Amino acid sequence: MSRDAPGRLGPLWTFLFRFGPPRWTEYVLKNWAGQRLVILVPYLWLLVFFLVPFLIVLNISFAEPSPLGRPPYEAVFDWSLFRWAEDGALQIRLMIGSYHYLFNEPLYVSSWLYSIKVAFFSTVFCLMLGYPMAYAISRASPTYRNVFLLLIILPFWTSFLLRVYAWIGLLKADGLINQFLMNWLHVIDEPLAMLNTSFAVYIGIVYSYLPFMILPLYSNLEKHDNTLLEAAQDLGAGPIRAFARITLPLSFPGVMAGSLLVFIPAVGEYVIPSLLGRADQLMIARLLADEFFLNRDWPKASAVAIVMLLLLVVPIMVFQHFQNKELEAQKR
Amino acid sequence: MKTQGMFSKSMLGFGLAFLYVPILSMIVFSFNDSRSVTVWNSVTSPTLKWYGELFRDTQVLNAAWLSIRVAAMSASGAVILGTLAGLVLARFGPFRGRALLQGLTTAPLVMPEVITGLSMLLLFVTLEQLLQFMFGWQFDRGIATITIAHITFTMAYVTVVVQSRLATFDDSLEEAALDLGARPARVFFRITVPLILPAILSGWLLAFTLSWDDLVVTQFVSGPGSNTLPMVIFSRVRLGVKPVVNALATLMVLVVACGVILSAILMRRQEQRRKREEQMAAAG
Repeated sequence: MSRDAPGRLGPLWTFLFRFGPPRWTEYVLKNWAGQRLVILVPYLWLLVFFLVPFLIVLNISFAEPSPLGRPPYEAVFDWSLFRWAEDGALQIRLMIGSYHYLFNEPLYVSSWLYSIKVAFFSTVFCLMLGYPMAYAISRASPTYRNVFLLLIILPFWTSFLLRVYAWIGLLKADGLINQFLMNWLHVIDEPLAMLNTSFAVYIGIVYSYLPFMILPLYSNLEKHDNTLLEAAQDLGAGPIRAFARITLPLSFPGVMAGSLLVFIPAVGEYVIPSLLGRADQLMIARLLADEFFLNRDWPKASAVAIVMLLLLVVPIMVFQHFQNKELEAQKR
Repeated sequence: MKTQGMFSKSMLGFGLAFLYVPILSMIVFSFNDSRSVTVWNSVTSPTLKWYGELFRDTQVLNAAWLSIRVAAMSASGAVILGTLAGLVLARFGPFRGRALLQGLTTAPLVMPEVITGLSMLLLFVTLEQLLQFMFGWQFDRGIATITIAHITFTMAYVTVVVQSRLATFDDSLEEAALDLGARPARVFFRITVPLILPAILSGWLLAFTLSWDDLVVTQFVSGPGSNTLPMVIFSRVRLGVKPVVNALATLMVLVVACGVILSAILMRRQEQRRKREEQMAAAG
């Protein structure tokens, strides 16, 4: 009985041989346990707990809200939604009411625009502050470099929520900054209104996300070949010109990775605007949470999530592109 | 060169001040004997009374205990799954679905938390309905659902750390062990794991911190009665500054600072020892 037994029973023999006693353990050890299983475990986890949930969100975003229900929506995959039309085509009834609402309600439109504006300018400010910092760290001597990196990373390990909270104490009307300006410098007579403004949101986002900007930039800048700058200098280029023509273009992947690492989460930022931001102009994540928790309108909250995801899918893919490039580059 | 160096150095100083002034202000005012947190009461300060109050605050203590349990469990789960994913991505070469796995592991790094939270909750609600319908089982959202959600978004960080650590050295050691007849599982535990142990440890700590700190995802997936520490803090500070929270923050900063500095010193020692051994090996 060879593995390639001829005749009609051939495939059956092959099958039995493959999974039959003699080779089975070996096969499992070599192919299953060794590789497939290892691939399968994280894969299945991510599929079930990361990808499938998005499909559920998509599904519910097309459902009809029923605020008193438990859960408060009418399922889409109810068979009554599928029906055969006269000409035999399958019709699916989708409720696009939630989406219609999102794009026509002024409250939503202004929240979208405001969120994107805040995220964009926070990214710019982060870059303006983070780039020189990363540059200075990459130029420092090895000992100082490690100390500086430690100082940058340290706040990242402490509670994000508490660091945002610390700004309430600094920014409020009788907070430290106002006291400092009024009682020490005497430049103002009345406290400045800083808490619950867009300014406070920018401060909070730049403050919280600065390490995310600096670290990718640093890991890029640190790898630069110094001889390139020396060559440029020898050839007569001034420091600014050398920086603009060599360092800046070479650091582009770092700039992109850092900026996207700030921009994407900032669009959906919830905690910072809730604690520091304006009460009259909400960011989109707050609207989503309010729609979900206060109004119990799950389809609308899901629709907000889907639109946010569509908006961010291009930046996320660009980020992954640069992230993969970075990992590939480490290999060499 | 000179002016540029000056500019970037002063920006570094400014940036570091920007990062640390708020934290320092929190620490200083945790010793302030005044309800209105930001006005220094110079008569009776410094005082430890807020620390005393903190340790009598059962709501905070219970929430902290819950947070520690959740963070330890999710960090352990995330390390197992994240190490496997990192290993698969760094070592297994091309296979069908690799790009999807890579995408699924990096997406949670940047995904806005409200989206992750909402989608996880809707998954749990669907599962609840499904299990109820099929088997008549009932489960409540609580520590289990929080842990699953935390594992999912923290394993991405572990994967990246492990993958980039594996990328820094080639697989010749593993291949040698395989050639010498070791089974893949044995190679993994005897060769690969010791090599990436620093990455696994820092991945665990990172996952622990992220889980310990998470508010938004937790708020979505937690059930009634299971309030983690960030949820308690958030509900309190929404109504203004609280001296007890300052005391709590100071303790947390203290623990983290000690941990980070200690690990930096240990890593430095290890690095030096490795260098010395390499030199000795080269000399001998």
